[in-house]
Amino acid sequence: MRESWRRIFALMVKEFLALLKDKKSRFVLIGPPIIQLIVFGYAATFDLHHVPYAVYNEDGGAASRDLVARFAGSDAFERVAVIHHAEQIRPLISDQQARLVVHIGPAFGRDLVLGKPAPVQLIVDGRNSNTALIVLNYAASIVQHFNAERLQQAGLGGVPARLEVRAWFNPNLKSRWFLIPGIAGLITMIVTLLVIALTVAREREQGTFDQLLVTPLRTYEILLGKALPGFVIGTLEATLIIVVAVFWFDIPLLGSLLTLYTGLALFLLSAIGVGLMISSLAVTQQQGFLGAFLFMVPAVLLSGFATPIENMPPVVQAITLVDPIRYFMVILRGVFLEGTPFALLIPQFWPLALIGSVCLALATWLFRHRMY
Amino acid sequence: MIRLSGMRLRGLIRKEFLQILRDPSSIAISFVLPVVLLLLFGYGVSLDARHVPIALVVDQPDAGTASFTGSFRHLLYFDPVMMSDMHAAEQAMREGSVDAIVHLRADFGRKLYRAEGTPVQVIVNGVNANTARIIIGYGSGVWANWLTQYARANGLALAAPVQVEQRVWFNSELRSRDYLVPGLIAIIMTLIGALLTALVVSREWERGTMESLMSTPVHIAEILLGKVIPYFVLGTGGMLLSVAMAVWLFAVPLRGSFLLLFLVASLFLLVALGMGLLISTVARNQFVASQIALIVTFLPAFLLSGFIFEISSMPKVVQVITHIIPARYFVSLLHTLFMAGDIRSVIWPNTLALAVMALLFFGLVRRISRKRLD
Repeated sequence: MRESWRRIFALMVKEFLALLKDKKSRFVLIGPPIIQLIVFGYAATFDLHHVPYAVYNEDGGAASRDLVARFAGSDAFERVAVIHHAEQIRPLISDQQARLVVHIGPAFGRDLVLGKPAPVQLIVDGRNSNTALIVLNYAASIVQHFNAERLQQAGLGGVPARLEVRAWFNPNLKSRWFLIPGIAGLITMIVTLLVIALTVAREREQGTFDQLLVTPLRTYEILLGKALPGFVIGTLEATLIIVVAVFWFDIPLLGSLLTLYTGLALFLLSAIGVGLMISSLAVTQQQGFLGAFLFMVPAVLLSGFATPIENMPPVVQAITLVDPIRYFMVILRGVFLEGTPFALLIPQFWPLALIGSVCLALATWLFRHRMY
Repeated sequence: MIRLSGMRLRGLIRKEFLQILRDPSSIAISFVLPVVLLLLFGYGVSLDARHVPIALVVDQPDAGTASFTGSFRHLLYFDPVMMSDMHAAEQAMREGSVDAIVHLRADFGRKLYRAEGTPVQVIVNGVNANTARIIIGYGSGVWANWLTQYARANGLALAAPVQVEQRVWFNSELRSRDYLVPGLIAIIMTLIGALLTALVVSREWERGTMESLMSTPVHIAEILLGKVIPYFVLGTGGMLLSVAMAVWLFAVPLRGSFLLLFLVASLFLLVALGMGLLISTVARNQFVASQIALIVTFLPAFLLSGFIFEISSMPKVVQVITHIIPARYFVSLLHTLFMAGDIRSVIWPNTLALAVMALLFFGLVRRISRKRLD
């Protein structure tokens, strides 16, 4: 047993040396993940700020000016033009100078005084349908507030019922709080998977794999010696990223570190399993890399990182069940934002453990049966 | 001026094609991955929330509460579940089985007829801020409808409301597919252009076959062209496949001209190939090349190009950074050409930016490669 550990340890040292001896590889493991987290952390947001918009107010009365002022006062919008003719609308939207045109017709004030519903036209650039949807949502809520206040001012018994909205776990609805833990998961996955997927392929390509096979190392010892460096690097990488997320981006970490690291360990287990499986199938590093990529891209898309899994059709939702990132996203967001206790995350832990074990078993089998 | 030999170039191109054909992984990246990605995005991924599970908690049911909760049913947006008390609802929210709670307190019915009105408590799970905002938007819509109906039924005179009339140009039904699928073409071409090229050239360096190539009479320009042409053909194939799937399978409208689309796509492919060549020339090692390619091409194309996240909402510094991401220009061109048509004021500046980048990358590659030959 002790002999066995000594051999595994020796292989681990060799792996670390192979990975860290090169200045460029060393840099690649540390620099880019942090730069990525920071740049993408700022870039990845669904909250709109300073959306360029234009106003076409044909009415000019007090009510219309009040409504226009509410758009001007919102942080979400930034006025880029005031339109005086209807022909000006098209070029503004087509050239992407304005995403939204607020058009108030000439009869707006008169209709309101007469007690008729008055329309306000919102023209939106639909090329980015998600932004368009959010813009419409923001604009509609401005109009709703305007209506609610008019109702109150009218004083006719007020409104019979009003909504009091509160958001749990993320009171100011910052999408960054949702996305940054997700990015941390993605980067950890990418680094670990690539380190693992290329290790065996590199040996095959350089012809040193045969040498490894004739050493006293057993198959599982080789696998462990290859897997443990990936585990160590993945853990360190994730820790670094979590520190940046908490101290740089001020993402609240409400749950316990024990729960977080249990999730991380199981997630790394599954990533290593997938990586070793790819590694044992690939003959060249290019195949290893592209194989990792073929797995990673769909896995990221189906993980619920940016687009909720609940919105997917049932067939696709069923496919996401084999995606390890999916479970880690729930764990990360749960522990960070909701402070979810260990027990409630067990439904996420066991699938990760299962995926990891199945992949590792397959990788061992492939290793034994593919010796060229 | 270098004299290029057609025979040598043909030989190199033939060698590269054979290498592509005999390694299934490059074929997989250029044809299988695009199809998988397009199918996933076309059918699977959507940002529009539908059938959101919500909990309705009514402390004291009566006619008033029934009319209010009734307005949450028969809607595409919500799947309401009645819950007996707040405790159960809060537990369901912690477990993630509902995304929002609508709570009508015991005094709902009584206060409904008083002047100050009655508050309706709405709690949403804010973890996914985007979904939360959509839920709040839907919820306010339901509330506003109920209010109008209630006022009409009870003969209350409410002040006339302002009604929103929305016109969405270029994508009137706001189908997220029409917007995601064209953007995806940029990602796919980045993959084929930059990732594949980065790997193949660094492999020649790592295996030492680059040295052997250089000791032959083959000129460095011929080696580069011999790499660029096969992957350009492969990338064009991937592009045509993606456009065909977008138009015929997903019925995304192609309002601009196909010729123009083809031209700007070819230009972008050149930029991507230039980036790939540059990375591999600098890295000379497949592990480093793959990491750099992933970090400077794929992830930025995904996150910083305006493909999913709106550029104008990013902080100013990040907005400046997006200008060095070629995919940014291409995504903008694709969205405009597919959904809006040949709008010159969008096409010219973006095409120009791509052309400048192509020249820059190939110039750099040419410079660095010559130095290494000395």
